[in-house]
Amino acid sequence: MTQALMRLEDISFAYETTPVLRDLSISIREQDFIGLIGPNGSGKSTLLKIMGAILKPDSGSIQFKESSLPKFNKKLFAQSVSWIPQDHPMVFPFKVSEIVLMGRHPYLSPLSFESEEDFEISRSAMEITMTSQFADRYFNEISGGEKQRVMIASALAQNPEMMLLDEPTAALDLKYQIQILSILKNLNAGHKRTLIMAMHDLNLASSFCNRLILLNEGKIVRDGTPEQVLEKNILEQVYGIEVDLGSHDGNIRVHPVISR
Amino acid sequence: MNSRSYTMTLSLFFLLFIITLCVTPLIGSSKISLARAFSDTINISNNTDAIILFQVRFPRILLGALTGAALSVAGAIFQALLRNDLAAPFTLGVSSGAALGAVIAIALNLHVSLLGFSMVPLFAFLGSLGAIILVFSLVRTRHGEFPTGVLLLAGVTANFFFAAMVMFIHYLADFSQSFRIIRWLMGGLDITDYKTVLSISPVVFLGIFILMFISRDLNLISTGVHSASSRGVDVARIQKVGFITASLITGTVVATSGPIGFVGLIVPHIVRLFVGPDLRILIPTCMLFGASFLVACDTLARMLLAPTEIPVGIITAILGGPFFVWLLKRKRQV
Repeated sequence: MTQALMRLEDISFAYETTPVLRDLSISIREQDFIGLIGPNGSGKSTLLKIMGAILKPDSGSIQFKESSLPKFNKKLFAQSVSWIPQDHPMVFPFKVSEIVLMGRHPYLSPLSFESEEDFEISRSAMEITMTSQFADRYFNEISGGEKQRVMIASALAQNPEMMLLDEPTAALDLKYQIQILSILKNLNAGHKRTLIMAMHDLNLASSFCNRLILLNEGKIVRDGTPEQVLEKNILEQVYGIEVDLGSHDGNIRVHPVISR
Repeated sequence: MNSRSYTMTLSLFFLLFIITLCVTPLIGSSKISLARAFSDTINISNNTDAIILFQVRFPRILLGALTGAALSVAGAIFQALLRNDLAAPFTLGVSSGAALGAVIAIALNLHVSLLGFSMVPLFAFLGSLGAIILVFSLVRTRHGEFPTGVLLLAGVTANFFFAAMVMFIHYLADFSQSFRIIRWLMGGLDITDYKTVLSISPVVFLGIFILMFISRDLNLISTGVHSASSRGVDVARIQKVGFITASLITGTVVATSGPIGFVGLIVPHIVRLFVGPDLRILIPTCMLFGASFLVACDTLARMLLAPTEIPVGIITAILGGPFFVWLLKRKRQV
């Protein structure tokens, strides 16, 4: 059994007064590939931001590798955990290579320039994500799927043990969805990264992830293998629609029942 | 970015600045001879060439350079922090707060000076400080961050409020006060001496150094606060330091030169076209180009209707207005 990389205990959070997460506890093991699923507003994105130390929980504790999170220096934490947002609005004309190099920020001191090593690490992050060919193009001029790969490259340049991704395949066509997920699968299996991603597509999540966590109204409904989590009555209760379960190539398939 | 291309770019902008500093003192309504100005056989009090060059033109050019540098750097910082390329140093109310302070001092006929500072710039500086404190304390969230949308709205509202107060005082003012108020609001570099230059330069240089120190953090914030935070940037702290430093250098130069418009908006855009949006290079190049730009505009202001001098704020706005429109149009096409 692999040991816990991050442990969240009794986490609660509210942006204003309405609670978004309620007394939530999760233990993340090394090399997990977790799909965080649940309806809109169930708290997936917020949970990812809390794991990434972008938001501070109102109560509860977070342990990362046996030290509690508030003790972490922000830069030091960013050397271990990276977070990739859902969309990437960019006001200023940064080039793709500059965006990827920004991932080196946690390793650099003020008033310094990237070293040859930083450039080397960025280059290899771009090779893994197949983004090298547009290194010199402007970030705003590449497609959505390419942007997502560039952001993964930038997060990889942080050389993190754990990567948090907020709906990495949202707004992408089928080909790009599979491409992104294959890159992530390779990072998980080949490069030994622990991955946690929020997902809406239950079928893709069950095909690529080895663990699913189903959230509803800020609480964990189920946590386990896709077979344990994707259960007909549970899904119907959480999503409020009728579903049929099937199987394809040994993976569970969820079909919403559409009344005609 | 590697250090060789960095040094190269910086040297080019420095060269431009040096050329501006060498050429502009020689241009003016009264012709001066360098030979006479530097001659040691003529008594200094009789040497009008030397007096014009050293007592009139040099301090004015140095003040112009400082003002242009401060406004341009502050503009680049506000644009990055607010993630809005239409932002400028005056967006959050710093200059209208300064205007209110200056107008109050003028309306009260305060002619005395305190610790060697005359009252109008002192009140203007206090006014800009008041505006900064007001806007930021209103907007700050319980997590210590500054949501940019609310900040912009609060800034625009503060601008309108202070402008209305200025108008009200202006309405009550007598004729000579009214003239001084109008003249202050136009902005200009004409009334200055070395003492003023010396008193504002430490603030401007220290401010720009602090902003350089956090420039890579600011780059990350300009791409998004949450992703910056996930790369190890202490967003709340950097926002606070960035906003306050940029506002302070703005308030400092506005207190002496008045609200000189458009420099802080257009210089970052022009420079960004050449060096890109990376603030590590954008800050020093904006500083050098902004200094050269305002000194050049002020030289035009001294020349166009010579011997009458036009307030430089008019020149920068006449050049800046059309540029701004062009920029908006170009942005719509992208």
